[in-house]
Amino acid sequence: MTHMVEIRDLYKSFGDNEVLKGIDFTVERGQVICIIGPSGSGKSTLLRCVNLLEEPTSGKVFVEGEEVTDTDVDIDKARRKVGMVFQQFNLFPHLKVLDNITIAQRRVLKRGKGEAEKTARANLERVGLAEKETSYPAQLSGGQQQRVAIARALAMDPALMLFDEPTSALDPELVGDVLTVMRKLAQDGMTMLVVTHEMAFARDVADHVVFMDDGVIVEEGPPDQVIGDPQNERTKLFLRRVLDPTHVEVSGLSDFEKADGLSAGEAGEFKKPTGF
Amino acid sequence: MTTTLQEPGPAGGGAPARTGLSPRRKRQVTLYAQYVIFVLLALAVILGADWAAISKYFLDFSKMDGQWGRLFGTALVNTILYTLAAYVVGLALGLIVGLMRLSSVLPYRWFALVFIEIFRGLPALLILLLVGFGVPIAFPDMANPPGGVFFNVSVGLGLVAAAYMAETIRAGIQAVPKGQLEAARSLGMSRSRAMISIVIPQAFRIVIPPMTNELVLLFKDSSLVFILGFTADQYELTKFGESLSNTTANSTPYIVAGAAYLTITIPLGFLVRRLEARQAKAR
Repeated sequence: MTHMVEIRDLYKSFGDNEVLKGIDFTVERGQVICIIGPSGSGKSTLLRCVNLLEEPTSGKVFVEGEEVTDTDVDIDKARRKVGMVFQQFNLFPHLKVLDNITIAQRRVLKRGKGEAEKTARANLERVGLAEKETSYPAQLSGGQQQRVAIARALAMDPALMLFDEPTSALDPELVGDVLTVMRKLAQDGMTMLVVTHEMAFARDVADHVVFMDDGVIVEEGPPDQVIGDPQNERTKLFLRRVLDPTHVEVSGLSDFEKADGLSAGEAGEFKKPTGF
Repeated sequence: MTTTLQEPGPAGGGAPARTGLSPRRKRQVTLYAQYVIFVLLALAVILGADWAAISKYFLDFSKMDGQWGRLFGTALVNTILYTLAAYVVGLALGLIVGLMRLSSVLPYRWFALVFIEIFRGLPALLILLLVGFGVPIAFPDMANPPGGVFFNVSVGLGLVAAAYMAETIRAGIQAVPKGQLEAARSLGMSRSRAMISIVIPQAFRIVIPPMTNELVLLFKDSSLVFILGFTADQYELTKFGESLSNTTANSTPYIVAGAAYLTITIPLGFLVRRLEARQAKAR
């Protein structure tokens, strides 16, 4: 049986900035994988390489055995089986909720109006927003918008779902609804690749956790191991900062300490105007 | 504001010494002075004008007897038709050029840029002359173009309008967040499908106020078509006013034609402000 996703020796640069420096990993059917790591570590770029929103500089990406990085592949067709949920929801503001969910079904999958609406309603039901089908996105809360975005992706019957920090733009009290929907999705057997800062979710729901830093996979394994008992120093530092943000030691403080609370540059600048 | 202009005393500290008027009093005096100047200027204009001549040559509506039907039935209708014809051509061309401006194909971008620079940079009058008198020479088959004067007007003014609209549409498309295209592509839509179904509808909402404004500008620019010289049935408002003014040796027809323009442009201007206010609220 083929892997759901297979990534081989993936590199990605934006100009001189090398964001991914050789990534190898696989996702099996039905697995939930959480990718964690500090901002700028390349997590989102990795996710976006799976459905080719970013074109890798080199390396190969396979989805259900088909190489999507092959220049001959019909990328629009390949993307249909990969649903994606964005940090900023990206619902279409000029369309009602129901039309947001039917437009791709009708234009891309060529489903009839009736069938598309039936699928849309079923998926709205799934995310608990059946009563919102005639609303416009702007009339919904952030959490509701994100759930509609999930329903929109699910309506395409994807084999794999990508989540790019789906709760990072939400007010704290709205995070739970979205995570509950995602948890349910995981229980239903959906293959999910989730970039997240929600450690509790990762620990609970993920089959496998990947810690990335500076463009490489530093540590990976079952959540109890990576989050519960990290081996790498970088993983340990990151988790301390995320799990207990009020008790972190500020990095780069050594300069400050030398200059008695001010870095050398700042101290000089402060002295100039008061230097008489 | 005014207080910050005051020089603090050299010794620093303590209230600065008052010299003459307080800042508040100064502001009041300035305001009164402005009223006085305004009233004086208005009086100068009113007293300097020859009111008898003005009412005789500008407001003698008897000169319009028997002409009202032609004013509204022919001239105003023609003005509107010329405007709409040019607007349709401008919109279609403008959309194409605007999209070319954003194309990943380099020659398209060059072409769009050259097109925009030329037709924004040349006077509309010159372009009308070129289309009206140059095209029949350059393309003999087009000596009697389909639609006659409509062809010349809609192409001549449409080219100018297209250049402005292309830039407006480009700005509108670029104002649609990048995530919209990404979301559409992630759902399997092709680039063109995503543009048609997702990006362009949103871009058009953004550009409705400036595009309505373009309609107002075009409505006024339609007066330029008099240069093409046509029959009385084809007169628009300005040409109508000029011709009647010549035959009656009176300027009242200009005033009437001007008022006819305002009956269209003022409501449109009001509409633009409403649309802009609505958009500002939606943001």
